[in-house]
Amino acid sequence: MSSSLVRSAGEQVEVPTPGTADLARPPEGAAMNKKGKSGKAGYLFLTPWIIGCVCLTLGPIIASLYFSFTDYSLLASPHWVGLKNYSDMFHDKRYWASVIVTVKYVFIGVPIKLGIALLIAILLKDGMRHMSVYRAIYYVPSLLGGSVAIAILWRQIFGDPGIFQSFLALFGIESQGWLTSPATSLNTLIVLEAWQFGSPMLIFLAGLRQMPQDLYDSAAVDGAGPLRKFWNVTFPLLTPILFFNLVLQMIGSFQAFTPSFIISSGTGGPVDSTLFYTLYLYIQGFGNLQMGYASAMAWVLLVVVGAITGLLFFTAKYWVFYGDSR
Amino acid sequence: MTTSSIDVGQVRTRPQVKNSKPLWRRIVKHAVLILGAVLMIYPLLWMFGSSFKPESQILGTANPFPGKGANLKGYISGWSALGFPFWRYFLNSFVICVLCIVGNLLSCSLAAFAFARLEFRFKGKMFAIMMGTIILPFHVLVVPQFVLFRTMGMVDTILPLVVPKFLAVDAFFIFLMIQFMRNVPRELDEAAALDGCGPLGLYWRIMMPLCLPALATTAIFTFIFTYNDFFSQLLYLSDTSKFTVPLALRSFIDNTATSNYAGLLAMSTLALLPVIGFFLVFQKLLVEGIATTGIK
Repeated sequence: MSSSLVRSAGEQVEVPTPGTADLARPPEGAAMNKKGKSGKAGYLFLTPWIIGCVCLTLGPIIASLYFSFTDYSLLASPHWVGLKNYSDMFHDKRYWASVIVTVKYVFIGVPIKLGIALLIAILLKDGMRHMSVYRAIYYVPSLLGGSVAIAILWRQIFGDPGIFQSFLALFGIESQGWLTSPATSLNTLIVLEAWQFGSPMLIFLAGLRQMPQDLYDSAAVDGAGPLRKFWNVTFPLLTPILFFNLVLQMIGSFQAFTPSFIISSGTGGPVDSTLFYTLYLYIQGFGNLQMGYASAMAWVLLVVVGAITGLLFFTAKYWVFYGDSR
Repeated sequence: MTTSSIDVGQVRTRPQVKNSKPLWRRIVKHAVLILGAVLMIYPLLWMFGSSFKPESQILGTANPFPGKGANLKGYISGWSALGFPFWRYFLNSFVICVLCIVGNLLSCSLAAFAFARLEFRFKGKMFAIMMGTIILPFHVLVVPQFVLFRTMGMVDTILPLVVPKFLAVDAFFIFLMIQFMRNVPRELDEAAALDGCGPLGLYWRIMMPLCLPALATTAIFTFIFTYNDFFSQLLYLSDTSKFTVPLALRSFIDNTATSNYAGLLAMSTLALLPVIGFFLVFQKLLVEGIATTGIK
């Protein structure tokens, strides 16, 4: 359980930081319950969650696996086709286009987003006048970014004619529409993703403010410069938070849907260059009523996201620093 | 985080203990921060300003300020550009949001209380499942859930959007509340038990009042997520009288965008205001909520 005082612009707030160590086990019940008095009460309190978990989570996961082996149009009952959906996917060019678009979006967008978040958090770390104004300006886009209204705004910024275009024209740079050209359209979505760096920034900031000052003092005595201090003191101590942000942001951006749908008017165009995996799943499932195919896509997504998360947890022991506990 | 021994690199004897940073570094830092802030806020500023511009000065005009031609035509024409006046879509959105907030507050706090304070069989396994569902991609569930709600005749009602919240499907709010309840002293439980307070009384009279900050954080984030949600509303609502703000904006682009950019930007600006308002009012709670759980 890690919690410490976080100081920000005069206010003192108790903030427990997210840590991976806490996540693995449930908290212990109160002493009075250990006598077995309220075993039933536990289930009673959990009833809504159990119903939801069985009917809306576990049940659907299994149903989705079953549908993925069937041909199901929603109008007629599903009939078994074995691995056909999976082999169709393998030969579907649009499917691979959506995979490539999504992989680019996640593996370029997330590092950029986290890089900016860390940089700004470091700049804000020491506190300053108008700190809360900066924090608000940097944070608000992450609350708004996933909305339809912002996607509409992005269409105006990078459209043809668009604001970014006319901004570049000031410097004599001619450009085609950033959204209408397949070479650049995905980049505008990555910019939109990066624009929402506010929430990982706040998590970094909370972590940075818990850094034990004595380590910096002794590092300074040892003659470490700012870069060396960052690399040898700050960064190792920050890796648990970096890890946490990385897992969360990756899972989040694999599921991005709204920007792709609104900016491409639901098509994933131009030339499938903004066809997110989730958008293609939606098109197949709810546009073409290929529920079986969509379920197969969903299961591949589940396995891939699970594998990447697992891989991150596996590699964590080599680069995530857990202090004295390991 | 207890970290007292850490290798801080090779020892060099060059004492250099300075607290104040050099002036040029402070200047660079503030320059970067201000430039960054301008870049971040510029798109929003442009949208706000352009919503007051005459139609001809919007497209491709980088200047966000409307100048002399400023008017409210965009707001007036946008408000009634679709089948219903825009208040209808705001009302629809708010009704869904309020129901989702009530659902999440009740169901998640009940589950969190069980995990935080009660003992029962399979608790560890259920806790692991609950934590696992946090990282589960929503799209994996979407087809079977749609089939389920369709067989129950709930498609094109708000029920598929609201009912899941009463069944505690948003596991990260459970996690948030568990984290909070862990910090409530156990002496309170014992004292309440001595006074004859059962688990329900403990939950309702002791835990809920003490967890108000966590409940408030849950309510605010539920509002923002639900209000911004597009995917499930697109899936389940098709009748225009039931449209929410995101669905209305989407049909705005499809219908009239080529002729009424001022209206589109005006309505998009209005659509952002509730979230910005919530942020300004609840800034402190939001910031703590982020730091605690890492949600959006």
